[in-house]
Amino acid sequence: MSRRPDRSEPPIRLPSHAAERVGLDRRRFLAAASGALGTLALAACDSMGPRSAKGVLMFAESGNEKLERVLFHHSSIDVPRSSAATAGSHFPAYFVSDQVPVWDEAAHGVWRLEVSGMVNTPLSLSLSDLSSLPRTGYKLDHFCVEGWTAVATRTGVRLADLAKLAGVRPGARYVDFQSFDSDYHESWDIESAMHPQTLIVYAQDGHYLNSAWGAPARVYSPVKLGYKNTKYLTKIAFLPERNGGYWSDRGYEWYGGV
Amino acid sequence: MKRHHAVVRITHWVNVIALTIMIGSGLRIFNAYPAFARRGESFCCYPFEHQPIPAALTFGGWLAGARNWHFAMMWVLGINGLVYLAFIYLHGEWRDLVPRRGIVRDAREMVKFYLTVRKDHPVQGKHNALQRLAYFSMPIVGIMAVVTGIAIWKPVQLAWLTNLMGGYVWARYWHFWAMLLLVVLTVGHVFMVFTVDPYSIPSIITGKYRPELSPEARNARPFVHLLPTHHEPPAGS
Repeated sequence: MSRRPDRSEPPIRLPSHAAERVGLDRRRFLAAASGALGTLALAACDSMGPRSAKGVLMFAESGNEKLERVLFHHSSIDVPRSSAATAGSHFPAYFVSDQVPVWDEAAHGVWRLEVSGMVNTPLSLSLSDLSSLPRTGYKLDHFCVEGWTAVATRTGVRLADLAKLAGVRPGARYVDFQSFDSDYHESWDIESAMHPQTLIVYAQDGHYLNSAWGAPARVYSPVKLGYKNTKYLTKIAFLPERNGGYWSDRGYEWYGGV
Repeated sequence: MKRHHAVVRITHWVNVIALTIMIGSGLRIFNAYPAFARRGESFCCYPFEHQPIPAALTFGGWLAGARNWHFAMMWVLGINGLVYLAFIYLHGEWRDLVPRRGIVRDAREMVKFYLTVRKDHPVQGKHNALQRLAYFSMPIVGIMAVVTGIAIWKPVQLAWLTNLMGGYVWARYWHFWAMLLLVVLTVGHVFMVFTVDPYSIPSIITGKYRPELSPEARNARPFVHLLPTHHEPPAGS
């Protein structure tokens, strides 16, 4: 079997290349969708269909989450097809702010990643702190909620390693990934966060992340749909309860497992 | 005379609703990325890459709405399908549906009759050979839709299944094909009901059927001998 996970440690080169902006702007898309439905002027309906169905749909979602958690195993890992080409510069860029979010060092000081919440030793890591920690690299599929996939090599630190470093307390069942991309954040179940392929990524395809792809660091795991993988990270908070998320609060499944 | 058992009638109409919502919401999900190619690649086998499906054919309003419907209705579709299959197996109806010896020849005779090459309606049991083939294929394509759907729902946790289909991109493609086949079978079925045997409609609602109005009795092909008064007895009777 040649299809083993690629755990190379690519050399990190600083210059980064431009990424194409993703064709579909989700906020515009959301506005258009709700606008189109508004013109239907159906009191009984909203963008989710008949309102009375909403409870049934949410019941199904919670049932699906239970099943997805049963199906979830740390031993199930993503191995891209050997024939799959790396997307490279075709990898879409995506953020919710009006412009590409760039960390404002003048206003906020040097970027640091905070690891806090239910931990014994809260961490505050600079990019060089992060990149001096044990490095893990995988060639991974990216599964977007829209249905497309893209392959990229992701390099960073396993979140499980960071959790060990911070000493996560037993009551922590959820992890919230927060960002400086407006109010974007997404919270996860801790099992998915501790999956061996869940990485705090600072390099893609051998280059430090560029701003379009979530610099300076992002979370990435193939076990979650794209929107669960917060870019432009500022804070990783270990929590006793789930904390919703940007898209989870707007109708997308909270679990978003792959 | 009851033509269809209540279980068959109920699962038929539940299936109509579930399949309609599954296809509509599936097409809405597809429209979020109406293509099959992995980013940075091209795809060999779909001529309409990046052309969305007309919105009027979709259901769910937006991507999240469509996904919520799709992932809820999949249970209705799946459980309904299992109830139907279990019932026709236990109750014996499967005998009217599985292809018998000579099905290809019988089907050819039906086609000849519909094309007016053959004058008289072939002798049949509950269903003619083309119906048998269609009603036998429907659950198989349905199972194909469910299995390919699971493969694109869980391409990491159930990677073995996704890999069996050639990976995520191909599993998504087979899922799309399963939908297309279901649409083709359904359109053919509905067309034939209305143009050949509209008298069978009560049989799938109340179960009641008048054998004297069967297509075989009327010697009916699409649009021909639709009215009962036009019927002529099949040759030899």
